[in-house]
Amino acid sequence: MLAQQLVNGVLLGATYSLFALGFTLMFGVLRVINLTYGFYFSAGAFVALWLTKQMGLGIWLALPLGAVAAGVVAVAIDWLLLTRLRWRPTAELDSLMVTLGGVLALYSVMTAWLGPDIRRLPPGLISADALVWGGLRVTMAQLLILGATIVLVSALLALMRFTRLGLAIRAMAEKPDAAGLMGINTARTSALVSFLSGCLAGAGGVLIGLNFNAIQPYMGESMMLRGFVVIIVGGLGDIRGALIAGLALGVIEVLTAGYVASGLKEAVSFAILVAVLWTRPQGLFGRAVVRRA
Amino acid sequence: MAGELEIAGLEISYGKTEAVCGINISVPAGNTVCLIGANGAGKTSTMRAISGLLKPRAGRIVLDGADITGMAPHLVAARGLLQVPEGRQIFAELTVAENLALGAWLVDDAAEIARRRDGVLQRFPRLRERLGQLAGLMSGGEQQMLALGRALMGEPKLLLLDEPSMGLAPLFVDEIFAIIETLKREGTTILLVEQNASAALEVADFAYVLENGRIVLEGPAAEVAGDPKVIAAYLGG
Repeated sequence: MLAQQLVNGVLLGATYSLFALGFTLMFGVLRVINLTYGFYFSAGAFVALWLTKQMGLGIWLALPLGAVAAGVVAVAIDWLLLTRLRWRPTAELDSLMVTLGGVLALYSVMTAWLGPDIRRLPPGLISADALVWGGLRVTMAQLLILGATIVLVSALLALMRFTRLGLAIRAMAEKPDAAGLMGINTARTSALVSFLSGCLAGAGGVLIGLNFNAIQPYMGESMMLRGFVVIIVGGLGDIRGALIAGLALGVIEVLTAGYVASGLKEAVSFAILVAVLWTRPQGLFGRAVVRRA
Repeated sequence: MAGELEIAGLEISYGKTEAVCGINISVPAGNTVCLIGANGAGKTSTMRAISGLLKPRAGRIVLDGADITGMAPHLVAARGLLQVPEGRQIFAELTVAENLALGAWLVDDAAEIARRRDGVLQRFPRLRERLGQLAGLMSGGEQQMLALGRALMGEPKLLLLDEPSMGLAPLFVDEIFAIIETLKREGTTILLVEQNASAALEVADFAYVLENGRIVLEGPAAEVAGDPKVIAAYLGG
């Protein structure tokens, strides 16, 4: 029983990690808290729903296409809402307010257009079989979540570490002005970061939609709250921290639901958030970054 | 030779505060020109406007005959104008090797990048031992060497140096100015901003004195260094 709960928790946590990774990347590089981020999660899920239901595609195509579509939506919304604010001295607060208004507008348009009801993916989209090993059961959907998360996270880490784009992103995350002086096109790099973040959110949306077989416009909103917990506990802008904190949050939620009370799982998450902000505002794994003048 | 810079009627303001009030500066190709002045005189604002980090309110900045006023920093850099910004601005969380690679960002040819890196490491042997180390863990002097080396990776036509000696131990200050002297002899066009006026005037061909956003004196560096007001205000006479 406990082992099964742990497996479920880790797999749920994997999607939290994936989602929070994009959020922390976006914050770390673009230095704005973009509240529309949760919308990309919903957008990815709905694109996959449409592709599977209306176009008859399999999940193997719907997952990457949903992710890419969410990436494109992210670039467009970022450009639309934030470009004009970026040079203002009050960009941080302004972008918070603008994206708060923006995301509420986006959700309500989406709800007016698609309805508030919970949608289901077509039956048989993924095999209902499960791997059974001892007392443990792992469904195909859970295996897909695990596989997709491992692939996406490794791809992101490799991109950051070994590619020219990754070097530009790391430079920009630390000193955007100096990156520009090196000849890096910071506007284009920002757009690429928005795209990558949107893809991660979108992939998370498809996978969560698959895991719970429930898709509706505001699904990104509750995910966003978890995203906050994960990036604050993991340390703002810290990729590895987001990975660990995401997995931990999944496990904690499942264990709380299983052993305490299902209704309390969110209360526990936010108690952790508050406790971390009180005691370790740099995040659990955060080193205090030394910035020299 | 290239890297000729002409600045005409440059005005910079932050909100209602005017930082630079219509200055003219000319840097002929192959020359070293220095801009001296007290803290807050507008030196760094001028440098930031030249490299595109801030948009001037008025005026023209012309590099080798092309108007670069208000151009984005990466496009200015692509024209061969490279800046070592105030406070060095090295990437502390990246390795020394990665910092140097970023200096040659606009170069595609791997062999050419390797050639330049060899040149830079010959000039700054200390950096060779530190290639795999995080740049932020080096001393201030080493970081300044890295900032200079990083700019040289781009083989600038015009090199902008903003307070290269700031906060450094005297030994490093001498080393930095020796390097500037060498670059000058090699024909690099240099615009140097310094609070260490005596060292700057020694290395420069021509000098401008900036006070409260206005040029109050200009002339060949030797003449400016002999001006009684400059001696009293900047050379500790």
